[in-house]
Amino acid sequence: MKLGFSIGAALSLTFVTLAALSFVWTPSDIETLDIANKLQTPSADHLLGTDHFGRDILSMIMMGARTSIAVAVVAVGIGMAVGIPLGLWAAARSGSLLDEVIMRGNDLVFAFPSLVIAILITAVFGPSAVNAIIAIGIFNIPVFARLARGAALPLWERDFILAARVCGKSSARISAEHILPNIMNLMIVQGTIQFSLGILAEAALSYIGLGAQPPTASWGRMLADAQTLTAIAPHTALIPGGTIVLMVLGLNLLGDGLRDRLDPRIRVDRT
Amino acid sequence: MTLLRVQNLSVSIGGTDILHDVDLSVTAGQITAITGESGSGKSMTALACMGLLPKGARAAGTIDLAGTDILQTSERQLNDIRGNDIGMVFQEPMTALNPVQTIGTQVAETIRIHTDAPRTEAKTRAADMLRKVGLDVSPDRYPHEVSGGQRQRVVIAMAIALRPELLIADEPTTALDVTTQARILDLLKGLVAEFGMGMILITHDLAVVSDIADQIAVMQHGRVVEAGATDTLMRRMQHSYTRSLFAASSHVPAIRQPYASHTQTIPHGAAAPKQGLAVENVTKKYNLSRKTLLGPRPTFAALKNVSLTISSGERVGLVGESGCGKSTLTRAILGLEDVQAGSITLDGAPVVSNRRADLTQRRKMQVVFQDPYGSFNPRHTVARLVSEPFYLLEDKPKNPADRIAQALTDVGLSPSDGDKYIHEFSGGQRQRIAIARALITDPQLVIFDEAVSALDVSVRAQVLDLIADISARRSLSYLFISHDLSVVRAITDRVLVMKGGQIVEDGATEDVYRNPSHPYTQTLLAAAPQLPEFIEV
Amino acid sequence: MIRYTLRRLISLLLSLLAASIIIFAVIEVIPGDPAAFMLGVNAREDTLAALRDQMGLNDPLPIRYLAWVGGLLTGDLGTSWTYKTPVADLVSDRIWVSLPLALYALTLSTLIAFPAGIIAAARRGGPADLGIMGATQLGVAIPNFWFAMILVLIFAINLRWFSAGGFAGWDDPLAALKSLTLPAIALALPQAAILARVMRSSLLDMLGEDFIRTARAKGLSRRQALWRHALRNALIPVLTIIGLQFSFLLAGGIIIEQVFFLPGLGRLIFQAISARDLIVVESVVMLLVFTVIIVNFAVDLAYAAVDPRLRRRA
Repeated sequence: MKLGFSIGAALSLTFVTLAALSFVWTPSDIETLDIANKLQTPSADHLLGTDHFGRDILSMIMMGARTSIAVAVVAVGIGMAVGIPLGLWAAARSGSLLDEVIMRGNDLVFAFPSLVIAILITAVFGPSAVNAIIAIGIFNIPVFARLARGAALPLWERDFILAARVCGKSSARISAEHILPNIMNLMIVQGTIQFSLGILAEAALSYIGLGAQPPTASWGRMLADAQTLTAIAPHTALIPGGTIVLMVLGLNLLGDGLRDRLDPRIRVDRT
Repeated sequence: MTLLRVQNLSVSIGGTDILHDVDLSVTAGQITAITGESGSGKSMTALACMGLLPKGARAAGTIDLAGTDILQTSERQLNDIRGNDIGMVFQEPMTALNPVQTIGTQVAETIRIHTDAPRTEAKTRAADMLRKVGLDVSPDRYPHEVSGGQRQRVVIAMAIALRPELLIADEPTTALDVTTQARILDLLKGLVAEFGMGMILITHDLAVVSDIADQIAVMQHGRVVEAGATDTLMRRMQHSYTRSLFAASSHVPAIRQPYASHTQTIPHGAAAPKQGLAVENVTKKYNLSRKTLLGPRPTFAALKNVSLTISSGERVGLVGESGCGKSTLTRAILGLEDVQAGSITLDGAPVVSNRRADLTQRRKMQVVFQDPYGSFNPRHTVARLVSEPFYLLEDKPKNPADRIAQALTDVGLSPSDGDKYIHEFSGGQRQRIAIARALITDPQLVIFDEAVSALDVSVRAQVLDLIADISARRSLSYLFISHDLSVVRAITDRVLVMKGGQIVEDGATEDVYRNPSHPYTQTLLAAAPQLPEFIEV
Repeated sequence: MIRYTLRRLISLLLSLLAASIIIFAVIEVIPGDPAAFMLGVNAREDTLAALRDQMGLNDPLPIRYLAWVGGLLTGDLGTSWTYKTPVADLVSDRIWVSLPLALYALTLSTLIAFPAGIIAAARRGGPADLGIMGATQLGVAIPNFWFAMILVLIFAINLRWFSAGGFAGWDDPLAALKSLTLPAIALALPQAAILARVMRSSLLDMLGEDFIRTARAKGLSRRQALWRHALRNALIPVLTIIGLQFSFLLAGGIIIEQVFFLPGLGRLIFQAISARDLIVVESVVMLLVFTVIIVNFAVDLAYAAVDPRLRRRA
């Protein structure tokens, strides 16, 4: 398991570095088309070959990492920033009407897979990377809300919470001082899982054209472009897909490793 | 006839020795008790006899059950022996049963896996067995539909369904109320006599041991330090650990002179005393879920017209079984839960006003809980934990560090312990820290909610001494809540007995214990196992 | 049990109500004038008026909402502006691709995940466990649409065992199933990986419970205890995941249909989006959400069948 954590950390770090590097340098410019050199297999000039417009695939992958990570980070951020407080609030008022409303609201959001949300948004506002962020972010809210509530509820039964109440502390203060620090590990681990799911979801949305639009580079779009070319230039499909697999695998290994390090007893929701 | 003979049993897990050279014997028709404090190796000995040692455990020695060495027996043969020749009863009846199978099916399973009995016959035999263990509910019930005591009867029925030669009971009554405990112990005793079984009874409770065991083995740190026939052993204890264990069990802390008598309840409607706590005619009901779809919500009255007083400096005990309303009363007094009727006042002013707890009132009260593990936020330092009640103060202390150091010193810890985290302390030390937290703001009333119930006897004796010592040094009144009658007797001036949300008896402790007037108090006292008189108190 | 079912039923109706309000609000309220939005800036005034009239836009919002919901209840999903045919007809042609695909994938996923999860839990720490866990780790990381492309590359283009896309129609059920097989595998394997992990960890949790120790003390072997006592208890969290997976499979199917050129709801909805046919989008999204909510209801009932504690409690 130690090995898994190291591999996961190394993979995740590699992609973050590639994304960061793309701000200052890429092997070649992806906005210039070079039709003469289209669909080249990997070579010294183009380490990962070129696509149907002759663009350097490695550069595209680097730029795509940026989009993927940005979308996933913001979406997880939305999920945590809204979901965790909602979950804590519901747990603090467990059994009340408020709790019921929050939890039923969560159930309702679960009935809208992020793809459906993306469809709704796109139908009215048109496709964009922001859509992907909103759609994935909204879907992350109930994930964190449920998890936070579920983890907070047994804590509220613990005597140290009663002791804090005896000391006159309000439930908001108790949630912040006592509950949140004790569920934060779980939230971080779930965060890495949602991060990896966000990467997958962004790729899927961009693939069907509901996410990032040209000229923004995206792994999902690269696969959409490659679809009709798989027979003649398989590398155009294999490379972006393999990249997604490595990134997601890395994040999952990192999450599992973190869980084992932070607290072997906590459970994460892998759905 | 010796049924089971354990010789030189040693067990180690991952290089750590758990048991060293344990010797033990069980005679058919007799009860051998294994006793000792937590971590002494009692349960591991039982699991070894079942051949159910945890993965990675290495065992040496012999466990001879009627000619078969359990340690040399293959897993396949052990499966034939377990349930057939040896039955086992566990501590936690709430989790020992499969929640998705009926109790009848679970008892019938023991019969079905060891005999060729067809399904219907196994069911009939299971139903007979359930009646035999005194269970008068349908075998088609699920575990969640019966009480804890009833579940324990189901587990016993499962264990004895095939009349095994040996029954191992691991703390079978520890999770049960004292009256239920008495009935389960009677049942076990009767079954041993009737079936001629040998029984290993594992318990930390020396009073239980002295009540029903024929033989005793006292364990400490994985060794049997002393063993023998119950009567002989208790009259002539050889080992110093045995003596200290019995001494701690019957320990009476030196509390200061009884408080000037406040032995009668205030009459209903009388004015609340100016000083101290007064609970008057308090009723608390909880809503239950509807029985019918649109019918009225049934309610459950946790407290029915409860009245009590605690004058300043008075030490009051509250005794009752689980579900009697003790916890609800504690929460109501602390202002954590509002009540539907009645008033709770401290020094003449209500503890809850406008549905919010009054901070000036709350400052005067603190609480110490039962669970030394759950009472502290694991992520805060001890200094922060102990100083949490400062939040109640309007004028925060100018030198909190000194106050924290003083509070820790007062409970026998060192000021440097303030920098540590709670997991670095033992159960007894944690209860000291809980007491330090309760006392740091000098409250006038402290509620001890089962505060020593989770502790081993020797640690419990020390914590009781600490409470006695503190109450002698300051003018502190307390409400000491416990299910353990002997502890309450040792540490209070006055005792309240609670049953079904009502206080059924209220009087000076010694009077109540010597001449209980309410039938329930009499039942409780009769059910509580006691060490024989001849043991030096 | 009746009380429990009734409560779940009420909750189901409330969910449907809330979902329909949300969808109605997004499609018909947010754009301001949906008719103008659908036709674009260069629309002729009389076409606009005709569409407004067809959509009932001259009525107040509550009436429009009620009319829409009333239509849904009677099977009238409106008339597509682009196809000029009733949406119900469009949907009924295509649902017989999307729904069988999701069910096919769910069946595959369960058939793979249950044995894998059970074997991994029963042989915890052994080579089988490590192998299965390694495979699931990879499985959860693979995007299903990319996996679909790889399957096409291998089994359709290189091996020619399957056609690369299209749908044969249900006139020949075997051919229809065959054309859904690759898409179902692509959908199912990543979900099977998730389900197998949940199954394994849920079983391991249960194997650590006290009642397993009781069962062992009765004389059951480890394996018997797993099958007779741990499994049914472990199903409770697994059912939750199966319910959730159905909605993922239905939505995921929309994407996979693109890879295999299947004439399902996915194709319909994407064409509707590019043609700005909000009438189709609104009803098809409602249909998808409706299916998900119904499946969750079925899962709730399955809980009660598995767990007697739920039958009594509300």
